[in-house]
Amino acid sequence: MKAAVLVFPGSNCDRDLAVAFEQAGFDVSMVWHKDSALPEGVDIVGVPGGFSYGDYLRCGAIAAQSPICQALAEHTNRGGYALGVCNGFQVLTETGILPGALLRNAGLKYICKTVDLKVATSDSVFTQGYNAGDVIGIPIAHHDGNYFADDATIAALHDQDRVAFTYGDNPNGSRDDIAGILSDNRRVLGMMPHPERAADDGHGGTDGTAMFRALAGMLAEA
Amino acid sequence: MKARVHVMLKNGVLDPQGEAVRHALGAMGFDKVEGVRQGKVIDLDLAEGATEADVTEMCEKLLANTVIESYSIETL
Repeated sequence: MKAAVLVFPGSNCDRDLAVAFEQAGFDVSMVWHKDSALPEGVDIVGVPGGFSYGDYLRCGAIAAQSPICQALAEHTNRGGYALGVCNGFQVLTETGILPGALLRNAGLKYICKTVDLKVATSDSVFTQGYNAGDVIGIPIAHHDGNYFADDATIAALHDQDRVAFTYGDNPNGSRDDIAGILSDNRRVLGMMPHPERAADDGHGGTDGTAMFRALAGMLAEA
Repeated sequence: MKARVHVMLKNGVLDPQGEAVRHALGAMGFDKVEGVRQGKVIDLDLAEGATEADVTEMCEKLLANTVIESYSIETL
């Protein structure tokens, strides 16, 4: 299985995400934002956390216009898998690959702590290693994680079982406590919490490991 | 041509920064402030031949996120 992790100026979780993929058994290549193509045969693209382009204009807005994000959109349009974490989630909404937007946290503060995250559906390659209703501990670290979408979009996400994770104690004002969502084909996941920061004993928690293991298991079969 | 683009959060989208400014003004004794919305102003210096339609396209594609923001264009 091959994973590609995108690297923008200002990305800072790219290496952590690559290590989490590697530990699950993926061959990982790092792909620079100016590249216009993904490596041949990539199964999943990781869009990492950080502060791409210094969060100028809006978080993820300038990264979304980079050449590699064109290739990312083509990959997901063909049914390719992608995982966007934190700033990566913001990039996925700015490209329009996922619906909605991430606003400034309702409390205006940057929040860095481990939160209780409820698995809202186990029906995806990302979440099948959990049971719906499981509560896992995953760190968040963001200033703009307040998920917003219009009423129709929120209703569609619920109706189509596309809310992947919700917060136990909403830290940022996200609508309906939404922490992560799936694309309509369930092959793209965007989430504000960092599963790659809970994927090694040294992290103080390993609740994120099941996501990378499940991904590796599914993609190995495919 | 010069153009000025105003970008504001849409009505109905919570503006926590605007709210914080409103609270601060209230605490300073400006007790007649009923609401504050904070936005962005982007000034563009444009070459000969640029049109307002070009600026509209820039707004739609980059300068505003129309999921959460509205924009208006002023030519200067």
